[in-house]
Amino acid sequence: METSAYAKTPVDRLTYSWRVRLRLMRRNFAYFLTELRRRPLALVGGIVVLAYLLAAVLAPHLTDHDPTAGNLRQRLLPPAWEDGGEAAYPLGTDDQGRDILTRIIFGARISLAVGLLSVGISVAAGTALGALAGYWRGLLDDVLSRFADLLLAFPFLIFAIGVMAFLGPGFLNLIAALTFKGWVEFFRLVRGEMMAEKTKEYVEAAKVVGQSHPSIIVAEILPNIIQSVFVLGTLRMGYMIIMEASLSFLGLGIQPPTPVWGSMVAAGRDYLLTAWWASTLPGIAILILVLSINVFGEGLRDILDPRLRIE
Amino acid sequence: MPGLDRVEYQPVDTPSPPLLELKDLVTVFPTRRGLVRAVDGMSFAMREGEKLGIVGESGSGKTVTLLSILRLVPHPGKIARGEVLFQGQNLVHKARAEMRKIRGKEIAMIFQDPLTTLNPVFTVGEQIRESMRIHNIVSSPDGCFSGLFRRGKRSAEYERVIRVMRDVGIPSPVTRARNYPHQFSGGMQQRAITAIALSCEPHLLLADEPTTALDVTIQAQIMDLLNKINREHGTSIILVTHNLGLVAEFCDTIIVMYAGWMMEKGTVDEVIEAPKHPYTQGLLRCLPHISEKQEKIYPIPGLVPDLAQLPPGCPFSPRCDQARPECREDRPIPLTELDGGRLVRCHLYVR
Amino acid sequence: MRAVRVLERVLITIPIMFGVAIVVFLFMRLTPGDPVDIMMGQGGAVTTGEIEQLRHEFHLDEPLPVQLWLFLKGAVRGDLGYSYVQKRPIGELIGERLPATIELAVGALFFALLVAVPIGIVSAVKQRSLVDQISMAGAFLGTSMPAFWLGIVLILLFSVRLRWLPVQGRIDYGTELQQVTGLYVLDSLLTRNWTALISSLRHLVLPSVSLGAAAAAIVARVLRSSMVETLRQDYITLARAKGQVEFLVVMKHALRNALIPTVTVVGLQVGALLGGNMIVETVFSWPGLGRMVVQAIFERDFPLVQGAVMVYAFTYVMANLIVDILYTTLNPKITL
Repeated sequence: METSAYAKTPVDRLTYSWRVRLRLMRRNFAYFLTELRRRPLALVGGIVVLAYLLAAVLAPHLTDHDPTAGNLRQRLLPPAWEDGGEAAYPLGTDDQGRDILTRIIFGARISLAVGLLSVGISVAAGTALGALAGYWRGLLDDVLSRFADLLLAFPFLIFAIGVMAFLGPGFLNLIAALTFKGWVEFFRLVRGEMMAEKTKEYVEAAKVVGQSHPSIIVAEILPNIIQSVFVLGTLRMGYMIIMEASLSFLGLGIQPPTPVWGSMVAAGRDYLLTAWWASTLPGIAILILVLSINVFGEGLRDILDPRLRIE
Repeated sequence: MPGLDRVEYQPVDTPSPPLLELKDLVTVFPTRRGLVRAVDGMSFAMREGEKLGIVGESGSGKTVTLLSILRLVPHPGKIARGEVLFQGQNLVHKARAEMRKIRGKEIAMIFQDPLTTLNPVFTVGEQIRESMRIHNIVSSPDGCFSGLFRRGKRSAEYERVIRVMRDVGIPSPVTRARNYPHQFSGGMQQRAITAIALSCEPHLLLADEPTTALDVTIQAQIMDLLNKINREHGTSIILVTHNLGLVAEFCDTIIVMYAGWMMEKGTVDEVIEAPKHPYTQGLLRCLPHISEKQEKIYPIPGLVPDLAQLPPGCPFSPRCDQARPECREDRPIPLTELDGGRLVRCHLYVR
Repeated sequence: MRAVRVLERVLITIPIMFGVAIVVFLFMRLTPGDPVDIMMGQGGAVTTGEIEQLRHEFHLDEPLPVQLWLFLKGAVRGDLGYSYVQKRPIGELIGERLPATIELAVGALFFALLVAVPIGIVSAVKQRSLVDQISMAGAFLGTSMPAFWLGIVLILLFSVRLRWLPVQGRIDYGTELQQVTGLYVLDSLLTRNWTALISSLRHLVLPSVSLGAAAAAIVARVLRSSMVETLRQDYITLARAKGQVEFLVVMKHALRNALIPTVTVVGLQVGALLGGNMIVETVFSWPGLGRMVVQAIFERDFPLVQGAVMVYAFTYVMANLIVDILYTTLNPKITL
């Protein structure tokens, strides 16, 4: 009975820590919002990103035009503010007579989906592997680290293009290509932090109590590492979206007639002299989205950085 | 500290003009929370060969005083008022180019942490030589060919570097000159910095806590070195520190600072044996005496104030046990001169 | 001591290169579908006998490890295989196009450094000034812009509207140039062919800017933060206390230190430049390796893709090696 009473404190601490953590999270979130309000630029970025997300989700309800089939008699109309333009096609039409604005909105679906999925999977895989490698070291760590180093010998786009070349175009292949190289960064980050955290006292305490290794990793250490991962993920998201657009531009990504920003720009290239809007406007859509993500991510890093351990 | 001898200093007999004179120096830092008066009304005079110690807690304005003399106060701080007379010339209004000639050559400075004060990417020899180069210490020999001219100059500089390094006590200076700072020990680094300061034979050396980052034994060596410099070269030294003991051993005169205010000035013997200002008295009371048996240690109650939000009147008044109502009035307290050149800024002595 | 370090670094690249070759090779072999079938899909009807013969010729009937060994052996000797589509040895094809790619990459790097270094320094010295804020805003934009879009916009602006610069290619049609290295700018300098020099430079500008913009943005930001950090150090105050001129305090004392972490970032950016290379070459119809690879992908000329990917990876490894060596030169703490 004495032993359990003695051991009771660390165990209770571990059980309590869940509830306490939840409360802390809620409080932190409120704090986070106030901090965000203090940084208007990041706030604007966040709002724009949300707008894109909403537009992507609500796409069919936002316009009447069909994103994939066009009216050839209406091809290459300029945007509404130029002469020759029509209000029905606010941003003009492309070479197949499709409304550009509609295609941009639908294109947001693909770009955001690719961005979220590729970053999400990279984060998940990289974090999991990094945590394992950093915690257990040994052979697993050696093998994974060597593999990661090897992958790093390839420039990102080269590798992605290579993978796409062999796998062929398509949504899933694109995600695979981006994720295959993307996880490495998160792997290294988590591995490094894991190795640093492992030496700290609360890990010793948990082990003494007899907490199982997986439980330690997930419940104790990861919450501390999660924030740097989150920040890095946000910053990489913009990069992934640009990569996807680049691959689509080359024709290696999603295939037409699905509206994808990259291929829209590519298609518009032939008409650069006469219809500049076909290439330029989708690119601006990319630019605004990525810029907003980056600005928001920077603000996020600014807020989280000096308080990486909210305990 | 063993092995430290002091030159007996006679202030009154030698009526030579002061080397350095500060008149009501005020240096401020505008901050988000308000205007911080890091140095508020600093006035003193210093003679050739004198060793002055400025004592105070962290944040009392000691370092900023030194930086103000050299006009190196970091942005956004600036000198708001007052004069800094060096050899009769006011440094506050000097042109930047002229100021640069004075820095390093007439007045040199050494800093607190030797490792961060040395540039990690240049060799120590190179850093010492740079000082000489800047001030063109080594004149060209009489060679007429430009090639010879440069080589002659280079070797002359090199010899001088070695000589200075030997002077400050760095062993095997020839090899050491080619080493990088991180290859030196702490004490050696501080010697190297002293070498840089001495390379142009300045009249005045400003030492900002030169021994705080070092071991006690190395401290003694560095203080020995400073003493030697003062004795052999006649260099005046201003030593800034929070260590009263150090000042007692080393300096001739002492100034006590608190929250940017200069509180007391006098010779070391006078101030330590008979402190006039309540703050000085409090400081000395804090120090345990090694020879006497003591029941308690009496710290000064309270905390150092936030310089951005000082109370009106004397900044020490909240913690002073001899405070009077006029100490809290919002008007300046004059520096009273007592016999023998003692200066105190306290209502207790205002006539 | 430093020589040993350098040698170490050089030796490490060898196993990396082997690893790269293996990865590339495996990728190709592991794709679904018989390589020969895919390649023969180009030609007309082929008899089974010929297919068997080709399979034997290209060692496709041998076990995988043997194929790998043969491939590696060939690669070391510079023989990267044969392109069925273009009917020429791959080594030759790559050799022809490589100089153009290198010229573009160097041009982009040059532009990036030319822009980033002064901006980084000035922004750091004059923190929070107008120059700083505009530069950092520009840097943000630079990292958010896709290179292909930037290229197109630049073309629209400078080639179509303003007609200052050409749209595509490396040199004006019909200009004669004797080739020594394959790098047109260099060659025209060497042969004192001024028309060719101007022409090739004009063609190099827009692609270099498009490719280098993102790298410039990132390097500028890193250099700025590195400089800000450095300028806060005590040794900078000491330099001023020595009476050193402010210009030298910044350029000599601060910059040398601030460059150290920046160099690492530049190395990483070279990788991005090599990748973005393909895109910019496509936009500007630049006759380099990148464009060839993209076309090869569509023509399903896998050996060519494989060879090119290897060459790219190799170049990146080499560039990183140079960066590593540069780093050890700049940072005296590493020699120990």
